[in-house]
Amino acid sequence: MQGSTHGIPIDTDKSSPIIVDLIYRLKIRDVMTSTILSCRPEQTMQDAQKLMKDNSITGVPVMVERRLVGIVSMDDVINALMTGTMGQPIEKHMSRQVIVLEDDMPLSFGISWLDKYRYGRFPVLNAKKELVGIITSRDIIVTLLLEMNKEIERFEEATSHREASTSGFHLEYTTRRFDFEMAGRLSTETKRQLKERDLPPKIIRRVAVAAYELEMNQVVHSAGGTVRVVYDGNQGRVEILAQDTGPGIPDVESALSEGFSTATEWVRSLGFGAGMGLPNTQRVSDAFSIESSPAGTCVKVTIATEERSNP
Amino acid sequence: MNISQVISQLQLQSLHDCWDDGPLSGAYTSDLMSDVMAHAKEADLLITIQSHKNTIAVATLVGARGVIVCNNRPVPEDMLAAARQENIAILVSREDQFSVSGRLYNLLRGE
Repeated sequence: MQGSTHGIPIDTDKSSPIIVDLIYRLKIRDVMTSTILSCRPEQTMQDAQKLMKDNSITGVPVMVERRLVGIVSMDDVINALMTGTMGQPIEKHMSRQVIVLEDDMPLSFGISWLDKYRYGRFPVLNAKKELVGIITSRDIIVTLLLEMNKEIERFEEATSHREASTSGFHLEYTTRRFDFEMAGRLSTETKRQLKERDLPPKIIRRVAVAAYELEMNQVVHSAGGTVRVVYDGNQGRVEILAQDTGPGIPDVESALSEGFSTATEWVRSLGFGAGMGLPNTQRVSDAFSIESSPAGTCVKVTIATEERSNP
Repeated sequence: MNISQVISQLQLQSLHDCWDDGPLSGAYTSDLMSDVMAHAKEADLLITIQSHKNTIAVATLVGARGVIVCNNRPVPEDMLAAARQENIAILVSREDQFSVSGRLYNLLRGE
């Protein structure tokens, strides 16, 4: 496919090869939702409306056996409501000219067809013309975000590897309040780096636990901050420094005792904020210090990377 | 005992197939992530209702082989994507944590 294809908002000749590759490499089947709700032509518009409402969707394929005969959308429901014909069978209201996609088409088709036809969804057929899924712009957005995230992570990893010297490394991540998505990235990357250097699994786990708890603490309790991990191979130790921008811990001693928590209900519902974060961190550390004021909290952890035979 | 045996014995639904089917050391049941980090062991299965991306992060940190999501809780797409990337199995059960733990205990320790 040459030049800018109809409906794709980027120039496929000049754009980043990673992104262009993405929309051609991904197939419609990788993006579509495969659990398909459907209705039969003899059901009423009320049935269609209930199905849409119960499942928060705006269109449903109409099927006879495994054959697609039409599609009924929220627009059709609104028209039926306005004309008082909600009791009529769906077949009187559905669109019969259904634009479909095939499951092995590249995603670029899906993107351009959404623009070309202005429908909210397309049924997806396989080579045997059977309905195998449905694709919406939401499906496309979600998949593209996940895939782009993967590509960027790969890119960032390649960059950080180049900076890392053969023995030591230095990683720093920024956390934001309630950004649970990002938390865990530092500890996962730290674990990977330490594994590459063949450190004992027990040590790696202790470092990863400390880094994760400190990241989580910032996400749950602070206005945000940074967590830095420095591994010094010559000194044989990992240092973790977590520095946030407030509001500080009013009672540090209580925060260090297991079970004490100031987390909100919804944070707890995710399985965090049980008051074990700082105690867990302290338990896995060889040296642990904490300083807190309303301007911020700074936690410093040191973990020796060689299991010492003499104390 | 490995994951594929557990799947068939406990009639679990596996949501993807990017995981290693190595031997399991045991299992840990908890909905508290800090508790999991403090006590779960390498090559464990994690039994929980915490169905979100951070569960995968925690499972990865402790070296768990998989997560059994109980009570048929829906698994968000970002969790599934993270699990694929980290080779952590996601197994869904209709049953609650008590039943899954009990049955898994018999399987693992009754061998």
